[in-house]
Amino acid sequence: MAKRIDVSGLTAYYGSHKAIDDISMTVEPRSVTAFIGPSGCGKSTFLRTLNRMHEVTPGGRVEGKVLLDDEDLYGHGIDPVSVRREVGMVFQRPNPFPTMSIFDNVAAGLRLNGSYKKSELADVVEKSLKGANLWNEVKDRLNKPGSGLSGGQQQRLCIARAIAVEPNVLLMDEPCSALDPISTLAIEDLIGELKERFTIVIVTHNMQQAARVSDRTAFFNLSAVGQPGKLIEIDETERIFSNPSVQATEDYISGRFG
Amino acid sequence: MSNAVIADKPRSTLRGARLPKWAPYAIAAGSLAVGIGISLAAGLHSNIQWGLIAAVLFVVGTYVIAARVEGPRQAKDRIATSLVWVAFLLAVIPLVSLVWSTISRGVKVLDIYFLTHSMGLIADSEPGGGIYHAIIGSLEQVGLATVIAAPIGVLTAIYLVEYGRGNLARAVTFFVDVMTGIPSIVAGLFILSIMLMFEMQPFGFAGSMALAILMMPVVVRSTEEMLKLVPNELREASLALGVPKWRTILKVVLPTSLGGITTGIMLAVARIAGETAPVLLLVWGNSLINSNPFEGAQQSLPLYIYQQYANSAGSGAAYDRAWAASLTLIAFVMILNLVARGIARWKAPKTGR
Repeated sequence: MAKRIDVSGLTAYYGSHKAIDDISMTVEPRSVTAFIGPSGCGKSTFLRTLNRMHEVTPGGRVEGKVLLDDEDLYGHGIDPVSVRREVGMVFQRPNPFPTMSIFDNVAAGLRLNGSYKKSELADVVEKSLKGANLWNEVKDRLNKPGSGLSGGQQQRLCIARAIAVEPNVLLMDEPCSALDPISTLAIEDLIGELKERFTIVIVTHNMQQAARVSDRTAFFNLSAVGQPGKLIEIDETERIFSNPSVQATEDYISGRFG
Repeated sequence: MSNAVIADKPRSTLRGARLPKWAPYAIAAGSLAVGIGISLAAGLHSNIQWGLIAAVLFVVGTYVIAARVEGPRQAKDRIATSLVWVAFLLAVIPLVSLVWSTISRGVKVLDIYFLTHSMGLIADSEPGGGIYHAIIGSLEQVGLATVIAAPIGVLTAIYLVEYGRGNLARAVTFFVDVMTGIPSIVAGLFILSIMLMFEMQPFGFAGSMALAILMMPVVVRSTEEMLKLVPNELREASLALGVPKWRTILKVVLPTSLGGITTGIMLAVARIAGETAPVLLLVWGNSLINSNPFEGAQQSLPLYIYQQYANSAGSGAAYDRAWAASLTLIAFVMILNLVARGIARWKAPKTGR
């Protein structure tokens, strides 16, 4: 299931503004890769280029290559819709569909893609909710609206919704920044379980979180406001947090930034 | 006023002198009394005059009294409140009076017989007859106009919000704005010119087309606003699941805003249901029942009201019928509004646990 991502020479623009410049890295399958760095350094933009969500923003365009197990996501004839089925995404703020019940929210990906068997739907929903550690909390109210859940539950509902379509890669854009510590812990535990099945990339502002959940960490930085963001280094999380090879990384991690 | 009571209390920087709760009502009653008194003394007979005098006295009196007791800042606060109240009353009085006179005059001849018979064998000056033919005509013309205008309007709004970029979208927005300002008679003349080109006789559907022209921009505008209210996060969530854009719009964006869109369409229907000018030009009116909107002159409620007034040479029976038809028209629009609200509430995004 899980696939490797190879990025080479990736540059992303918003209109004429260059947001990230010439990024190359490899994301290992069945592992958690964390992106850290100051605000505006292009972590989220880079994350969104990995499932072609960047081009949804008006003016967004990309140069370079993103290989998903040797297939270029930006190659000729690649359908962005198919890419997003393989590379799922969880957003910063929980965003369940307000008109749908908990069940329908989880089933949304399959239903809206039109590729499912009715008999399997209930099983997939149960499996996904169990996978997101939410099943026990919601199994008695699957027909209630998803927006009635707490923030942490909503975010796990969104994770269940994302893994219901069985993607190969799961991208998470600051999934815990709107949550309290208890819910954050629940999500972090969940990430630990999910990495057995998926390749996970997570953007976070919380360095302890990066240290706790990730196997590898990438540090992004920008030379000045308005300048494009750059990848400074990517390494084993342990090394980044104990003995990084670049001075800027150590400054940022130890709080001497800026 | 109650200066003596307040003076006994110790001075506090946080607690200033306050007018008692009943003070605004007392000032209102006082200014009403003075207003009536002045009018009687001056020999003014119009109710409007003493009402306006009382309104002015109320605003000025509130300011003066509050400024003396509470201080200038509270006085400004109170004058804003009293202005809002006066404006509210000024707006409500004509509305209440309109509804009241329509109901009181309309119920005289409004019964089942009136709703189920036409004017077939009755001259406009005689009593009897009804509006069945006008109701049929109105329902068909407005219904057909809605069938044409609502889908086009909603689709245009979807284009503008979800796809429209650059010059084409700007041009569409501009022309929708221009269309909003088209007088109904001009829309009628436009269709009439086409009819004359093909030497056609008046028929109901011609009216529907003119009404559709009037309805479309209203639907576009309201739908556009509703679609803009749908958070972008929902679109992104759906796209990130690998759902194509058209299905995202159909299954996520539209259901989320369905309540508001329905309300907008119903309000647009209410707007065209009362149009007389294009119907007069294109449908002509008919005292007989004609339920075929594609052939022959038809009647419609607003046109019926106009003709009862214009063609009856001051007959009381015709006036009664006109009022009853007005009441029916208001009730029709009111029912549509209630239906729209019901749908909006039923379809609104759910938040319950």
